[in-house]
Amino acid sequence: MIKTVNLCKSFGSLQVLKGINLTVAEGEKLVIIGPSGSGKSTLIRCMNGLEEPTSGEVYIDGQLLPHKNKTQLVRRTSAMVFQQFNLYPHMTVLQNLTLAPIKLQHVPKKDAEERAMRYLERVGLADKANAHPPQLSGGQKQRVAIARALASQQKIILFDEPTSALDPEMVQEVLDVMIGLSKENITMVVVTHEMGFARQVADRVIFVDGGVIVEEGTPEHFFENPTEERTKAFLSKIIR
Amino acid sequence: MSNGPFALWRWQKLLTDWDKFAEGLLTTLAVAVLALLLSLLLGVVLGLFSASENKALRGISRAYVEFFQNTPLVIQVFFMYNGLPYAGILLDKFTIGVLGVGLYHGAYIAEVVRAGILSVSKGQFEAARSQGFTHLQTMGWIILPQTVRVILPPLANQAVNLVKNTSVLAVIAGGDLMYRSNAWATNGTLSYGPAYLVTGLLYFALCFPLATWARHYEEKLKGDTAPKAAVSFSKTQEVAIEC
Repeated sequence: MIKTVNLCKSFGSLQVLKGINLTVAEGEKLVIIGPSGSGKSTLIRCMNGLEEPTSGEVYIDGQLLPHKNKTQLVRRTSAMVFQQFNLYPHMTVLQNLTLAPIKLQHVPKKDAEERAMRYLERVGLADKANAHPPQLSGGQKQRVAIARALASQQKIILFDEPTSALDPEMVQEVLDVMIGLSKENITMVVVTHEMGFARQVADRVIFVDGGVIVEEGTPEHFFENPTEERTKAFLSKIIR
Repeated sequence: MSNGPFALWRWQKLLTDWDKFAEGLLTTLAVAVLALLLSLLLGVVLGLFSASENKALRGISRAYVEFFQNTPLVIQVFFMYNGLPYAGILLDKFTIGVLGVGLYHGAYIAEVVRAGILSVSKGQFEAARSQGFTHLQTMGWIILPQTVRVILPPLANQAVNLVKNTSVLAVIAGGDLMYRSNAWATNGTLSYGPAYLVTGLLYFALCFPLATWARHYEEKLKGDTAPKAAVSFSKTQEVAIEC
């Protein structure tokens, strides 16, 4: 479903990704963990064209991801949930969900709205359809953002630290929605520090540090029996 | 009969000839409205250019803005009036007024629009891009609508300056309010006092409500949580011309 080949990314003289080879199967739930600055966010952003690789390739569904501005393919196959939500504040919640389907997929307005309401119900926010994002709490915003990603009906949803900007008491409501999603045949790639979530949901965990994949395996392997020293050091810091 | 600059008979004369002032006011209003439309159109297009990923478009926008912001409006108007005919281009005075003032303020409005675009967070562009919107779609549906709130006050201030700057037409006998008023006094009873006072009040009556609204709206915005980066721009763009 997603494949990266020798993926490298530099910002100026700073090399952030140093050759990532990764394959994500259809329907797989992949969790990416790693210290800040490890390149994990850059990796997920390369998967939907927000960052252009310096060298190497990203394939989605067997097709090479085109460079900047040619977002056609990405549009068809992946949606993204951001740390800072990035809802469109001048639109209602419902319009946030229907804009892309109506304008890009040419879904009739009525159908798009019905579809949007279904996803809003799913994240428990149908009553907020006519609210504007600034009126919502952080947790509600992120649930709307997830509903927006779902409303685009892509096979892949990428989550870039979806709970990192939330107040602690709101983290669980967002994780619950994601756990619910994980039971479906959607390919999920999640960058997160939520180890409980990783343990419960991930088919596979990869640990990224210094721009390379240091270790990968099942959650059981990771949390009970990691082999690499760097992984052990990281996990001992993050799990208290 | 008193011969003071504000003698009563001068006011009576002005009242009798009021239609000349009314005509001038109408011309000024027409030039102002058309020039404002032109400058808004130019401003949005050039503002988009300046936020484009294309270097050439950014360069065009920059060059335009710098040229019009750093040369006097009077030269631009004189050039169209006295210079262009030698290139076989004869424009009537009304058109020169609309073009001159419109092109000039287009440069300032371009900067307002650019500042508005810059005030929108990077995340909005990324969200739009991740959904598959093209650059232009992103601007039209997502970014520009969000800038409206922050750019309205500086735009209103531009409109105020634009109305005042239509008086540049007086230098080419353009038939606007300033010209009519000055001509009425010069070619008649030399009643400059009432002429300029009334003319000043007429401009004030057009501009003051706009400026006041802009100030109130700006203060209201400060209490909100909207992006504020562009708001301060209104203060830095005072333009004045002398003629």
